Amino acid sequence: MTDFTPNEMMTIAAARALSNDDVCFVGIGAPSAACNVARLTHAPDITLIYESGTVGTKPDVLPLSIGDGELCDTALFTVSVPEMFRYWLQGGRITTGFLGGAQIDKFANLNTTVVGPYDRPKVRLPGGGGAPEIASNCGRIFITMALTKRGFVEKLPFITSMGHGEGGAHRERLGLSTKGPTRVITDLCILEPDPETKELTVVSIHPGVDRDRIVENCGWPIKFADTVIETPAPTETELAVLRDINARTKKAHEGTGSGKEAA
Amino acid sequence: MARILPLAEAVAENVRDGDTVAMEGFTHLIPYAAGHEVIRQGRKGLFLIRMTPDILYDQLIGVGAARGMKFSWGGNPGVGSLHRFRDAVENQWPRPLEIEEHSHAAMANAYEAGAANLPFAMLRGYIGADLPKVNPNIRSVTCPFTGEVLAAVPAIRPDVTIIHAQRADRKGNVLIEGIVGVQKEAVLAARRSIVTVEEIVDQLSPPSPNSVVLPGWAVTAVAHVPGGAFPSYAHGYYPRNNAFYIRWDEIARDRESFAAWMKENVFDAKPEDFARHAAKKSAKAA
Repeated sequence: MTDFTPNEMMTIAAARALSNDDVCFVGIGAPSAACNVARLTHAPDITLIYESGTVGTKPDVLPLSIGDGELCDTALFTVSVPEMFRYWLQGGRITTGFLGGAQIDKFANLNTTVVGPYDRPKVRLPGGGGAPEIASNCGRIFITMALTKRGFVEKLPFITSMGHGEGGAHRERLGLSTKGPTRVITDLCILEPDPETKELTVVSIHPGVDRDRIVENCGWPIKFADTVIETPAPTETELAVLRDINARTKKAHEGTGSGKEAA
Repeated sequence: MARILPLAEAVAENVRDGDTVAMEGFTHLIPYAAGHEVIRQGRKGLFLIRMTPDILYDQLIGVGAARGMKFSWGGNPGVGSLHRFRDAVENQWPRPLEIEEHSHAAMANAYEAGAANLPFAMLRGYIGADLPKVNPNIRSVTCPFTGEVLAAVPAIRPDVTIIHAQRADRKGNVLIEGIVGVQKEAVLAARRSIVTVEEIVDQLSPPSPNSVVLPGWAVTAVAHVPGGAFPSYAHGYYPRNNAFYIRWDEIARDRESFAAWMKENVFDAKPEDFARHAAKKSAKAA
């Protein structure tokens, strides 16, 4: 078996969650890598949408920002930001949202706003951006983030975007007809909400990872499904595609960055 | 009709202490040169508005020009935090910053409402989220037809909006291409507007009848500032300098290195200095 890192396993497992038929609203960072690996492997016709307005984009390198020129150059079309959020997202045209976050709780609610009290935060994070409405308006949500005690917390200080709220039928009570988070892909395992309680439950463990490591890295007493499978290891093709795009991306974003380059 | 002015005059005439100011650009076409001119002219007490405040607003906040900010995502995209913004919120340095925080969908709708001369925007938004608990400007309305409760936010009506675009003609008509963001709405929502452009041309020569054009009679001032969006980018002219965005993280992390960078590259610099960024890339493209 080829060697791979936990982060590579996470990205590839996340990529596998997507299919050719998905119309996917892509968050920056890990979701962006996963969505493009899917496009370059098993889902060549997937529609990738970035909130900057690019629809059907096929970047050759991963964008650093959600609005890199590469996204627009390779898109089927590009719309204004108001149109993106009104017609395409709120209009219900997007099947899958792919999000990351700084913190997540056991009902897949996400925090990207503050750690500590809102008025006197210990850490001020960037904020929600598109996430509050992506979480409610896409048909379903995938989330990818590393499994750490800092990130997987018992209680969020702030709910930036709703997952399954307080669990159970909370989404339905708020009038939401979309599915919300259906899968959380980490560097150690894959979690899915319990069909009834909606509590995130481990359904698949990555190769070489044991249950203790998952328990130790989660901030709440994590549950395991009755049947837990081993995540298939990355194939050589998947790894090659991921490493190629990462290498191209690194090269493309390198430079002196002094802002003072001579003409 | 838009007046074509040097940048310093356009800013002196249109940006006043205490103004609400939107400098828009959704990653693309961010008006850095104009923002630097606002800093050099020493404007104070500005209430900044922007969907995605990034390095430029980090700079305005870090020099103490802002009393507040309305925004939906305040970070260095793909890199991490805005350290000057965080220092202001977490430590009130160099001064406290009043924040009004929204989601992208709400901000986009609020600009559109401003452009449409409506008092507020509504959206199916913020469901299950905590922002309405901390932002009194997120309220709700009930649909008179279906009874559905929808989120409502006030329209954005800046005193002045500043954007960067590819081209203007000599009458001050402005062409924007590529990722057009929320710039058209932000200009039409504002009382006054300044557009900096890469080129002033005889004919706009839009490549398509559907190009985004702001007519000269809807713009207050146009200034010719080649390279004026650097380190962001102008589609068709020069690419985003991602390496600089990465490097900003270390420059801005520390108050002293930030101040030194600002002195050298903003306070002791001129709008013309941005031209080298445009010249470099077009030479390479040729």
